[in-house]
Amino acid sequence: MRRESFFARNPSVVVFLLCLAAFTLVVSVMSEGAGAGLISTSFIKTLGKTLCLCLVAVAMDLVWGYTGILSLGHFAFFGLGGYMVGMWLMYQRTHDIVAASMANATIPPTEQEIVDAIGTQIFGVVGSSEFPPVWAFADSLVIQLALVVLIPGLLALVFGWLAFRSRVTGVYLSILTQAMTLALSLYLFQNDSGLRGNNGLSGLQNLPGVEASQAVVSIWFLWASALALGLGYLLAAWVVSGKFGSVIRGIRDDEARVRFLGYSVEGYKLFIFVLTAVIAGIAGALYYPQAGIINPAEVAPIASIYLAVWVAIGGRGRLYGAVIGAAFVSLVSTWFTGGQVPSVNLGFYRIDWVEWWQVILGLSFVLVTLFAPKGIGGLFDLLAGRIVPNRHGADYGPDKGSFQEAEGRE
Amino acid sequence: MRHLFAVLAALIFLVPVLPQPASAQGTPVQDLLQQYHDEIVKSSRTTIGPAIDALAGSGLAAAQTVLQKWQNKEMWVRDEDGLFFWAEQVDRDTLRIHDFDTGAAAGEFPDDGFKQMKPNSGIRALLAAALVRFQLTDPDPALRRDALQAIQRDAEASHLDPLRDSLEGESDPAILALKQRLERLLTIRFDEDEAARLAAIEEMSGDIGLDVRATLNPLVATVRKVSEGAIPEGTNVARELKPGRGDLSRDTAYEMLVAADMAPARITNAAMLSALGANIDGGSVGGVPVAQLNTDAARERAYRALVEAGKAPPFVSEAEIDAAFDTHSFYDAYAEASPAVTAAAEEALDAISFNVGASQAFDLTLDALSLASIFFLAAIGLAITFGVMGVINMAHGEFIMMGAYTGYVVQQLIPNYTVSILVALPLAFAVTFAAGVAMERLVIRWLYDRPLETLLATFGISIALQQIAKNIFGTQARPLTSPSWLDGAWTLNDVVSISYIRIAIFVLALIFLALFLFIMKKTRLGLETRAVTQNPRMAASMGINPDKVNMLTFGLGSGIAGIAGVAIGLFAKVTSELGQDYIVQSFMTVVVGGVGNIWGTLAGAAMIGFFQKGVEWLNPSNTLAAQTYMIIFIIIFIQFRPRGIIALKGRAAGD
Repeated sequence: MRRESFFARNPSVVVFLLCLAAFTLVVSVMSEGAGAGLISTSFIKTLGKTLCLCLVAVAMDLVWGYTGILSLGHFAFFGLGGYMVGMWLMYQRTHDIVAASMANATIPPTEQEIVDAIGTQIFGVVGSSEFPPVWAFADSLVIQLALVVLIPGLLALVFGWLAFRSRVTGVYLSILTQAMTLALSLYLFQNDSGLRGNNGLSGLQNLPGVEASQAVVSIWFLWASALALGLGYLLAAWVVSGKFGSVIRGIRDDEARVRFLGYSVEGYKLFIFVLTAVIAGIAGALYYPQAGIINPAEVAPIASIYLAVWVAIGGRGRLYGAVIGAAFVSLVSTWFTGGQVPSVNLGFYRIDWVEWWQVILGLSFVLVTLFAPKGIGGLFDLLAGRIVPNRHGADYGPDKGSFQEAEGRE
Repeated sequence: MRHLFAVLAALIFLVPVLPQPASAQGTPVQDLLQQYHDEIVKSSRTTIGPAIDALAGSGLAAAQTVLQKWQNKEMWVRDEDGLFFWAEQVDRDTLRIHDFDTGAAAGEFPDDGFKQMKPNSGIRALLAAALVRFQLTDPDPALRRDALQAIQRDAEASHLDPLRDSLEGESDPAILALKQRLERLLTIRFDEDEAARLAAIEEMSGDIGLDVRATLNPLVATVRKVSEGAIPEGTNVARELKPGRGDLSRDTAYEMLVAADMAPARITNAAMLSALGANIDGGSVGGVPVAQLNTDAARERAYRALVEAGKAPPFVSEAEIDAAFDTHSFYDAYAEASPAVTAAAEEALDAISFNVGASQAFDLTLDALSLASIFFLAAIGLAITFGVMGVINMAHGEFIMMGAYTGYVVQQLIPNYTVSILVALPLAFAVTFAAGVAMERLVIRWLYDRPLETLLATFGISIALQQIAKNIFGTQARPLTSPSWLDGAWTLNDVVSISYIRIAIFVLALIFLALFLFIMKKTRLGLETRAVTQNPRMAASMGINPDKVNMLTFGLGSGIAGIAGVAIGLFAKVTSELGQDYIVQSFMTVVVGGVGNIWGTLAGAAMIGFFQKGVEWLNPSNTLAAQTYMIIFIIIFIQFRPRGIIALKGRAAGD
C-alpha cells in the first residue's frame, strides 16, 4: 500500500498554513509600515503577540490535548524565553547608550568602565550596580538565543524527570506544575534574583543597532512570529501524526495500558514536556520584544491557567483548535478590557464591560467545560459532518472529549 | 484641721489688695527661698547648686512645686519685697499669682512689679535632676512608673542617687522590682566605683531584657584606631589587627593611615584620569596616543611617563605600604576605659546571647506554630472536598475570600466588634455552605469522573467570583477589625511574644480539627461520606443517597473555608485576591500531608509552617525567598513520598 504524503493525510495542516500566510500577507500590506496605514502599529503588535500566544497554545495542546498532562506551568517557560532574549536586548541597548555618552570624555573609557556604567544603569533601580552571574552571557546575542531554548528546556527536563519518575500524574501533576511557576515568579520578584525584581526588564521594543522605525520593526516581528507559528504547527502536526502520536494519545487515554505494552511512558512524556517547553520559550522570546516589557507577574500561575482556558475553549486534541482558542480569547479579551466596548445601561445598573469581562470569561469557561468539551474546534466537525456517532458502551479512555473514533480507524 | 487653719489664715492675709509678706510661721518654703534669694535671682549655674539641694532636701511638699514652676519659667519675684510666687499670665500685662506654701491664688496683678525667673538650660537640667527625687517618691504609683520610664529612656548619672534613695521607701513590690533593676543598670553605666559596676554586671548576666543589652552593648563597642609605633599605654585594647589578615584588608588599613595623615594618599583612578586629561599634549599623553588609552595597561604606561617627567605624583609602591604598616599598629579599642568592666560585659553578653538564642528558638517555634495553624485553617476545608471527596476545587480560595467579606459586611452592620465576629462566624459558614452546595449541584456533580475538567471549571468559577468581589467591594483592601480583647500580645520577655489573635487562630485550628474528627468518625454524615467516597455504588445499594451526601459534604468543606476566611481576614487585608494567595499553599498542604487523612493535613501544615519560618530565620529580610524555597522543597519532597507524609494504604487509597 502506497503511503500517502504527510500533507495528504493531514489536510488541515495545509489549510492552516495557507490561512496563516494569507493573514500575514494581508496584514503586512495593510500595515502602517508598508505605507497603507489601515492598521495601526500598536494593533500590528497586538496581532504579532497573538501569534506568539497561538504558538504557546499549540505547545499546550500538544502537552495537554494529546498527551493528557495538564501543565499549569507552561507560561513559566514562555516567560523564561522572554527573559533570556530580554537580557540581551536590555544589555546591548544600554551598552549603546552608555558608549555614546562616554565617547565625549577626554580619556576614552576602558571596557570595564563601560560594563560598570551599564551595570549602574540597569541595576540602579534595585540598588545595586554589580552584574549578577546570570548576566554572564548577556553581551552575546548568539548565546542568549541559545539560552532561549536551553533554559526552558533544561528546567522542563529536570522538573519533568523528577515528576514523571515518581509517577506523579493527573491533578497532582497539575498542582505541582502550578507550584513550579509560582516558585519561579516569587523568585523573580526578589530584588536580588539578578533580574531586577518586580521592575522586570523594560525597553525591549527597541532593537539595538536597528535604525528602522517601530512601524517597520513591528512588521518584522509579525513575520517572525508567523514563521515560528507555522514551523511550530508543522512540527506539532508531524509529531502527533505518526506512531509517536498514537503512543502519546494512548498515554493520554490509558497510561497503564501503554506501559504494559512495553512503551517507556516516562520517556515519551518527558520528550513532549521538554519539546513544548522549548516551543513555549521561543514563543516568549518573540512575544516580549513586541510587548516591550517583561516582569515576574507574567509568569504568575494565573497566566498558565489562562493558557489552559484558551486551549479548552478552542478545543483541545486538535492543533487548529488551540490556535483558534488562543487567538479568539486573547483578542476578545483585549477588546473588552481595552474599554472599547460600549457599556450597557440597565437602568438600575450600568454594566461596564471592563469590569464584567472576567466574569463572562469565567462563566463561559464553565459552560464550555460542561456542555462543549470540544470547544470552538467542535464547530468544524459539524461543518464537515464528522459528528462522532453515539457509541453505546464505555469510552475508549477516560477523556470524553477525545478524538476516539478516528483513532480507532488508524 | 491644720490645713484648714492654714487656708483660713492665708485667706485672712489675702484680703488686702496686695498679699502681705507672710509671717515666718507657716511659710517654710518661702523662708527657704528667701534664704537663697540672691543665688536664685542671680541665676548662675555655678552658684545655684546649694539652693537647689536645699530645696530638694527640705522634705517639704511644696518644694516640688517650686522646682517645677521654676523649671517652667513660671516663678516670679516681687520687686517690692523679694518674695517668690508662681504665676500664670492672664494676658500680656496681668499675672495671676499663687502662693507657694498654701498653693492658693492670691489674685491678679499687673506684671510691672514682678520679675520672671528665667533659668538657663544648665540650671533647668539641675532642676530636672532634683525633681526626679520627688517623682520617684510620689504617692501616686502611676507617676512613679512614669518617672522610671522617663529615666529609662534618657538616663543620666545624676539619676542614680535619687533612685537609690527612693528604694527604701518604696511600698509597691512591682515598682520596687523595677527600681532595683533600673538601679543595677544605672550602676553599670554611671557608677564611679569599678567594683560596684562589676557586681552589677555579674548580677545582670544572662538577663535577656532589651534594656540590659542596651546598657551592656555600648560598654563593649569598639573603635578602630591606628597609631604610630606601639599601642599607647592605658588604651583598653579589644584586639590587635594585622593589615591583610582577619577583617582588616590592606586597602582599608592604608586608607586609615591616609585619613590619619600618616601616609601619602594613593593615586586613585579618578586622580590618574584627571592627571592624564590635564596633560594631553598634541593628541597624546606621555607618548601614548589618547585613542589608545582605553585599557588599564596603556593608562598606567602613560601615567608612569608623566611621573618621570615630574608632572604627576608617583604611585605609592607596595613596599612603601608594607613599610608604613610595619611602623604603625592597628587595633580595636574599647570606648570604655576599664579593662575589667569590658571583660565582664563581654562575658555577660555571651551569656545573654546564649539565652537570647534559646528564647529566639522558642519564639520561632511559636511563630511557626501560628503559621502552621493558618495553613491548616486554610487547608482544612480542602481536606474535606479534595482530601475526602477527591474534588479539585480551585474556587476554594474564593470561598475563603467570601467568608472574609461576609465578616466585613457584618462589621458594617453591627458596630460592636465582639458581637459582629460572633455573628459573622456562623453567617460566613452559611453563605459559603450555600455557595458550595450550589456549585456542587450546578457544576461539579457532572464532572465527578473528569477530575482535570473539574479543576478547569472550578477555576472558571474562581475568576468569575474574584471579579465579582472586585466589582462589589472595589480593589482597595477592606479592614476586618478584631475585637479589642484580641488586641495586644502575650509577652513572655523581650524576645518571646505572640499576638493574641494568633493564639486565637491556633485555638480555632484545634477546634476545627476536633470538629472534623467528630464529624467524620462519629456522625452519620461522616460515615456516609466515607462510604460514598470509597465506593459510591455499594453505598447507594446500602440505602445511602450519594447525591445528597456529596452535596452536604462539599457544602461542609466550603462552609469551613468561609469560617477560615473570617479568621484569616482578622490579620490579613481583605481583598479580592485574598483567596488566591492561599490556594496553592493549601493544596500543597493537603498533598504534602497525604490526601484523605486529616492528620496528614495537620502534619503537612506543620511541616510547611516550620520550614517556611526556618528559612525566614536564616534570611529574615526576604519572605519571598522563604516561599520560593518552600515550594522547591515540596516539589523535591513529593519525589520521595509521592503520596504525602501519611499515605493511605490498601483499598482506602483508591487505586
